[in-house]
Amino acid sequence: MGQSRDLHIFDDAAGRAYPREVTAPQTSPNSEAVRPRPQAATLEFRSATKRYPGQEDAAVDGLSLTVPAGEICVLVGPSGCGKTTAMRMVNRMIEITEGDILLDDRSVRDRAPAELRREIGYAIQQIGLFPHLTVAANVAVVPRLLGWDRDRIEARVRELLELVSLEEGTAERYPAQLSGGQRQRVGVARALAADPPLMLMDEPFGAIDPINRERLQNEFLRLQAEIRKTVVFVTHDIDEAIKMGDRIAVLRAGGRLAQYASPAELLMYPADEFVEDFVGADRALKRLALQRVRDIDLWSAATVRSGEPVDEARRKIAEADIDMPVLVDDHGRPQGWLSERGFAGERVRPELRSRAEPLVELDDVLRDALADLIESEVHYSPVVDSGGRLAGVLSLEVISQTLHVPPERARTGPQLVDPAPGEDDAVSAEVEPA
Amino acid sequence: MAARDGGVTDLATGGPFAANAFVEAIQFLVAPRESVTGGVQVGGVDEMLTLTANHLLLSFAALAIACVVALPLGLWLGHIGKGEFLAISASNVGRAVPTLALIAFFIAFVGIGFLNVLVALTLLAIPPLLTNTYVGVRGVDRDAVDAARGMGMSEPQIVRRVELPMSVRSVFGGLQLSAISVVATAILGPLASVETLGTPIVSVNVYGQPGLLGASILVAALAILIYVLLAVAQRGLTPRGLKAGRSDAPGILRRIPFLQRQGSAQPT
Repeated sequence: MGQSRDLHIFDDAAGRAYPREVTAPQTSPNSEAVRPRPQAATLEFRSATKRYPGQEDAAVDGLSLTVPAGEICVLVGPSGCGKTTAMRMVNRMIEITEGDILLDDRSVRDRAPAELRREIGYAIQQIGLFPHLTVAANVAVVPRLLGWDRDRIEARVRELLELVSLEEGTAERYPAQLSGGQRQRVGVARALAADPPLMLMDEPFGAIDPINRERLQNEFLRLQAEIRKTVVFVTHDIDEAIKMGDRIAVLRAGGRLAQYASPAELLMYPADEFVEDFVGADRALKRLALQRVRDIDLWSAATVRSGEPVDEARRKIAEADIDMPVLVDDHGRPQGWLSERGFAGERVRPELRSRAEPLVELDDVLRDALADLIESEVHYSPVVDSGGRLAGVLSLEVISQTLHVPPERARTGPQLVDPAPGEDDAVSAEVEPA
Repeated sequence: MAARDGGVTDLATGGPFAANAFVEAIQFLVAPRESVTGGVQVGGVDEMLTLTANHLLLSFAALAIACVVALPLGLWLGHIGKGEFLAISASNVGRAVPTLALIAFFIAFVGIGFLNVLVALTLLAIPPLLTNTYVGVRGVDRDAVDAARGMGMSEPQIVRRVELPMSVRSVFGGLQLSAISVVATAILGPLASVETLGTPIVSVNVYGQPGLLGASILVAALAILIYVLLAVAQRGLTPRGLKAGRSDAPGILRRIPFLQRQGSAQPT
């Protein structure tokens, strides 16, 4: 079983400077090695500027940033900050007045607009489906512009509709017969049709109700984990930016870049007051939505089986971070917190102090895990892996340590991540599971 | 037909004479009779067929030229979003200038004959077509056009594949309007020596009252017929996805002939 070894791995990892930020569902390194990485382009803004004649302020002012291949770059900012303009300069829907934009080191200005656009997926908030064409014909627009043959188009359309989770029958229907969410999926499928190395998405989920928006966001992240396109994603919603972005570019009025950073960095170290205001006063809480339980250093707890020698169990408890043993079954699944009474005899008896509730999963985001803890009115709870086996213990204290923003240069500190032995006693003394 | 039914009742209430006039008008259409002035046979199926053929030829020619001129112009103006003043005021001017005056005007330039009336009728047909095409294209969802451009359609492709099919209804509305006014106005042909169904109407002193009434009934029937045919054509040409309330109706209305040249990409 090796649960105790699992727990020690957490100890070993305790010195890690920072929990990895998690923005998209992770693809395992294995699957990436097996399948060839689909093509994605590197996008570089080089002091890209847009000035409209007769206007004093530029719409986009000297924007410089690089989006590495296969990443989602979110352009976010208040309305009128030029984020959509910046996005539309990429496929020359708006012409650059100064500076340049390079797609795989080639200036977009050297390309014929129509030809360039066929290589760039384009999805907008209003979707702009063609009402006179069936879903299949809508998706097939770019492949047909590129002159693909009929069989290839047909196969591609089927593949795409499946990719965006639309039923087979949808292909023959018209946009007017679809729900908003379905239309949005068709819009994404259409943008992906010719397998473009770059996607431009302008508030693609903006016009959808919150429940469906969240579902579509998750679906897109799942999709992105698979297809790994370079994506420029425009939104005014910082929460969406944090959720979707590998990198976030915050723009301020006048199209100036205020900060370009990963979501975690943006939340922890906003560059200035504007960014701080924009990400919101609850930015510490927002970070909870960025991290999954598996990304933080959990406490270890002794796992004890019914019928185990008591001495053995006591030795394990001494090694663990907390002195509350967890009773597990033969498969390593936690049954509950073992009571002192279970140690009365030679062998451990299944006397529970309380059941193992709530059960947090490694893949839960911290925000949900915290909500579980608060709802169940407990201070800590066992964490299980996907097989239901105990993987550690999550506590309010662990979460609050995670949220602690150390000064920039002194980020690490074992005392912050690794509970000192003395603290253990204090915690277990004060925490009585309800 | 509405005209005939209305005629019977109205005339019938006017007494036996009125009912007789209607009967005589029908008789005029089917059997030749001596002219009012005497000496010539007028009316009857043969003459009416000749006049109808002339009438239709003139009307179709005028409509065809109007389409060739107004459709591209309307599509282009609508596409670039300019010339609204031209496109909208064209129809107002067109309505204000009487075709009769145009015919008289063109007698000075092109003389009397087919060309004169053709030009006058074409000018009559252009404004509704131009206006409706322009308005139809402007009414196309701008987001669809933006998406089309963003996906890499060239401007002509946007017009042909997006704007035109989406404005079919409006274009046909204009065509219907043009068609009925052209068919109705072609009765002025005889004023420039073009024999049409207007001949018995204009030369009432030769053809008599039955000729006037008979020809009028025929013109009205033609106008209604053409209107209905165009309405049917419009239904057939409107892309299925644009028809409200039409859910899964399969079959004959599927084709979008001028839109999808090499067949659709729909998996079947």
